[in-house]
Amino acid sequence: MYEFEFERPTTLADAIKAMGAEDAQALGGGQTLIPTLKQRLAMPAKLVSLGAIDEIKGVCKADDGALCLGGGTTHAVVTREAAVDYPALAALAGNIGDPAVRNRGTLGGSIANNDPAACYPAAVLGSGATVVTNTREIAADEYFTGMFETALGEGEIITEVRFPVPEKAAYQKFEQPASRFALVGVFVAKYVDGVRVAVTGASEGGVFRWSEAEAALSGDFSAGALDGMAPPAEGMMSDLHGSAAYRAHLVGVMTRRAVVAAG
Amino acid sequence: MPQVSMTVNGKPASGNVEGRTLLSSFLRDTMGLTGTHVGCDTSQCGACVVHVDGDAVKACTMFALEAEGAEVATIEGQAAPDGTLNAIQAAFQEHHGLQCGFCTPGMVMSAAALLKDNPKPSEAEIRDYLEGNLCRCTGYHNIVKAIMAASGQNVGAIAAE
Ligand SMILES: Cc1cc2nc3c(=O)[nH]c(=O)nc-3n(C[C@H](O)[C@H](O)[C@H](O)COP(=O)(O)OP(=O)(O)OC[C@H]3O[C@@H](n4cnc5c(N)ncnc54)[C@H](O)[C@@H]3O)c2cc1C
Ligand code: FES
Ligand code: FES
Repeated sequence: MYEFEFERPTTLADAIKAMGAEDAQALGGGQTLIPTLKQRLAMPAKLVSLGAIDEIKGVCKADDGALCLGGGTTHAVVTREAAVDYPALAALAGNIGDPAVRNRGTLGGSIANNDPAACYPAAVLGSGATVVTNTREIAADEYFTGMFETALGEGEIITEVRFPVPEKAAYQKFEQPASRFALVGVFVAKYVDGVRVAVTGASEGGVFRWSEAEAALSGDFSAGALDGMAPPAEGMMSDLHGSAAYRAHLVGVMTRRAVVAAG
Repeated sequence: MPQVSMTVNGKPASGNVEGRTLLSSFLRDTMGLTGTHVGCDTSQCGACVVHVDGDAVKACTMFALEAEGAEVATIEGQAAPDGTLNAIQAAFQEHHGLQCGFCTPGMVMSAAALLKDNPKPSEAEIRDYLEGNLCRCTGYHNIVKAIMAASGQNVGAIAAE
């Protein structure tokens, strides 16, 4: 790891100030960033730890019923505190990595990183959530812009993510056992005005909405409505764990399983 | 160099560290507590699991400065001061839950975190909780058995896998 300056502010205002320094980078739970630093794939001049900022942690309910999760909330806290209001989201968080990863890793870190095989991007896009930063609000449909790419600007900090709570939802993850990430993961959520289906782990473009499945499910919310359906293999990732065709097939399977699990 | 202060196994601990100093390095190199093992150094294996404010974390994937003011517990604080093993350690010994012993500090610390939240876990719950703790020797079976025994459950029923 290259050397860097380390700052651990206790207020968001101080964090924003610290992020103004040249080559400053935010540190969430460090579960992705610390291994990256060790490999010298990142070399920030300054790391600004968000771990001591209470105002961006925790789970609460907005007046419109949306569930608001602080950007610095760990996966373990979401697992416990979202269980009643949004069980599918809590279950997703509770199946990320392993217990020690969940005790450190945060929602903000996960969606800032936007790993193409990460779980949270599927929930954020599948719920049509709003990503709130220190400067603006970004709709999920505009937020994820490609593999490891997001709409976040330089120095922008994710302070909160607001999830509209669906009537029914479920996440199904086909786990890649060595990495513990999703080989393919599908988040299905049924709202009054339609169904959203978000797929992670599959596409070279990162998380995406499978609109054909959304249309089919909005008319008939049953696994049968997706009989024989799968997205095209073109543009899917291909590696030693699975070919593009295999991943495309899995998307169909995992979506049907998610519909069944949503009940 | 910045100074960091925390409590380690109930005693105050402090030292000068760099921003990039890992909690695992602080414990091993500054405090001389080499029971916290570093296996992969990439947050995969769990040999370095310690408790920070009661939560199991991988000490190789946390900066020492992030533990400022925290209560840290390591394997060295698990036995009684006279060396008497705690229930989990004794069960690992009794049920041969270790061979080379490299993964054992992390296994014991993870098991302690599990039993704190779930005093009588099922075999499946134990295996699930240990997902981030890798062992190259035992095949896990006797580790699971030891944790069942440490939580006062009958281990006769666990089938070998
Ligand atoms: C063994 C292992 C297994 C894992 N399994 C899974 C899995 O199954 N599914 C899954 O989804 N993930 C998995 N992960 C990743 C885990 O969820 C990470 O916690 C997550 O990707 C990054 O979150 P973090 O808080 O640790 O962020 P960090 O590593 O601290 O940061 C990651 C990036 O986000 C930026 N950042 C952090 N917080 C913010 C913020 N609030 N605002 C703006 N930018 C920010 C950082 O600058 C950095 O670029 C796994 C990780 C490990 C080590
Ligand atoms: S040494 Fe920390 S997880 Fe392997
Ligand atoms: S006993 Fe050797 S690695 Fe577990």
